[in-house]
Amino acid sequence: MKRIALLGMPNTGKSTLFNRMTGASARVGNWPGITVELLTGKILLGADMVEIIDLPGIYDLHGFSEDEQVVRHFLHDNVPDLALIVLNATQIERQLSLLLQLRQLNLNMVVLLNMADEARKFGITIDTAKMAEALGMPIFLLSAKYGAGYNEALQAVTKALRYTTPGMAEQLRDQLEQDAHIESEMARILKHAVDLPARLPDNLTDQLDRLMLHPWLGLPIFFGIMYLLFQAIFLFGQPLQTGVNDLFAWLRDAAIVPLLAFLPAMLQGLLLDGIYNGVATVAAFVPLIVLFFLFMAIVEDTGYLSRAAFLMDALMAKMGLDGRSFVMLLMGFGCNVPALMGTRVMRSRSLRLLTMLVIPFSLCSARLQVFVFITAALFSPKAAPLVLFSLYLFSFGAAILTALIFKGYLPNSDPFVLELPPYRFPTARQMVLRGWHEVYHFIHRASKFIVAGVVLVWLLTHLPPSAAPASIDTLAGVIGGWLHPVFAPLGINEQLTIALIFGFVAKEIVIGSLAVIYGLGGEALGGALAHQLDWVQAYSFMLFTLIYTPCLSAIATLRNESKNFGFMLFVIGWSLALAWVTSFVFYQAARALGY
Amino acid sequence: MLLWNNAGVIISCRIMPAVALSTLVPGEAATIAAIHTEGPLHQRLLAMGFRTGKRIEVIRRARFSGPVQVRIGATDILLRKNEAEKIMVKKT
Repeated sequence: MKRIALLGMPNTGKSTLFNRMTGASARVGNWPGITVELLTGKILLGADMVEIIDLPGIYDLHGFSEDEQVVRHFLHDNVPDLALIVLNATQIERQLSLLLQLRQLNLNMVVLLNMADEARKFGITIDTAKMAEALGMPIFLLSAKYGAGYNEALQAVTKALRYTTPGMAEQLRDQLEQDAHIESEMARILKHAVDLPARLPDNLTDQLDRLMLHPWLGLPIFFGIMYLLFQAIFLFGQPLQTGVNDLFAWLRDAAIVPLLAFLPAMLQGLLLDGIYNGVATVAAFVPLIVLFFLFMAIVEDTGYLSRAAFLMDALMAKMGLDGRSFVMLLMGFGCNVPALMGTRVMRSRSLRLLTMLVIPFSLCSARLQVFVFITAALFSPKAAPLVLFSLYLFSFGAAILTALIFKGYLPNSDPFVLELPPYRFPTARQMVLRGWHEVYHFIHRASKFIVAGVVLVWLLTHLPPSAAPASIDTLAGVIGGWLHPVFAPLGINEQLTIALIFGFVAKEIVIGSLAVIYGLGGEALGGALAHQLDWVQAYSFMLFTLIYTPCLSAIATLRNESKNFGFMLFVIGWSLALAWVTSFVFYQAARALGY
Repeated sequence: MLLWNNAGVIISCRIMPAVALSTLVPGEAATIAAIHTEGPLHQRLLAMGFRTGKRIEVIRRARFSGPVQVRIGATDILLRKNEAEKIMVKKT
């Protein structure tokens, strides 16, 4: 199969073009010579199936950023049959350098000048015929977003594919060391084929930025937008999530339970409470992920994410993070899983890892359920909001502390020189495709891991068969017994320890598991907890619940996104250690003070 | 600034001193005089369009000594203060 590589600088609409070409058929895949996954799609062009690879956007083929190295290694180890170069026509005077660098590789090339409509508004006129002649390669004007010029470009690509690629020089770097030559050639082509206005007209972006990046109003507007996003994900996400849960519960009672009725009780339990519940857990995340990425697509594609980086950078830089990390950290307060996936907008690996290390400390909605139940049971209505607020402070505190400790180990090697793209309207197609890709990715990668984890916890809490489920006689109870010396100094008893083992799977089931463990539900459970625990023990339990491993889905996502099992283990280990120390210090200090 | 006497001979020659980009206030424009960076940062700046002799304009600065937004040609770029200190410019 012939291969087409999409190449270009960031913010050229390269991915929009890729989506237009491949639609929902795109998948991530591994390639020889590089460690990151790339999006690829297969389409029918003329009479043949061809594979299109979306390479990361780069500024410079000689560059040292991670993306630039990925592109170099990819081109070296997987010479494409055709390189489709996407340039942003509004920035032609800067983007030409990359094109000239690529031309030296002697690849089969077609050039697309994207955002032709926007360039016209700026008063930039490009004579494509003259430029094609000067460069010696076909050039087409295009609007990837609206599709103008798309068919002509596709025809040219089909035609160009008939020729074999002239080949690729082995001494890639040697060839690339000719900057001086590129500079003069750039000047020649620009003078010849491009007419740039001396000063660009004041446009809508400038006017919008005057408000959005206002010295005093910028930050309040940013927090307002974040608050709205957060509320919107909740507002639409919660009913959808409940709906999915109800659907799975209904399906279970209506169809699956009768279907499995002939099996022995133990096996039924394993299939229903283990595997089926695992699948339901995965499914419950789907609406949240779709919504999150619909909204993130708006924030990102409009260009606001770079503005958030501008506004928050002064504060985040001290923690080794940047403004985009802050957006993901905030979104983590809804659900850690999509926030972890969203770190993909950061192109530097160490910045991404550091952000992924701090996101799990965001007090997500599942943990909030646990805290609301316990504070309602053990604290007065007056004290409860303060208790909840203090937990949010601990959540931020744990994130800040972790970032400060580990920023030295994960130094950000990519320079903070960020392009501020003009505001653009995202297209609905782009948003929907994004949501679909992310859900597919999550289900494809995380489901086995999550189902296995749910089954494991089910086995722990139901074996040996003679013991009452989740009681002290089960394996989980035995483990709880072993762990008791570890948890006793935190004021956490054996029953709560078993609940923490459940909490490893998902925080949503902590209260449910306590109901099983105590054999009581709802108000009666609250009463029993209030009777057995004092507020110091309860707060210590909540602190531990807040800081230790968020849930199995978050762990599965961490492993997928970091592609590093060791990093995942490290995150689990660090959060457990921090949770233990925090609860220990709190519990012992409170006791020492006489509470 | 150059001053001539009646015979057309230069009697005084005061060249505008180069200052760091970080000292410019929003709204000011200048010409890039020198880029004192190396390695990845240098490559990135060149690829972003930072070249000696190019016109650069400071659009705005974030609060709490945050990044500065500059414009070169049609491109707006965010730079941290550290980076802006390494770029020398001559006010025009």
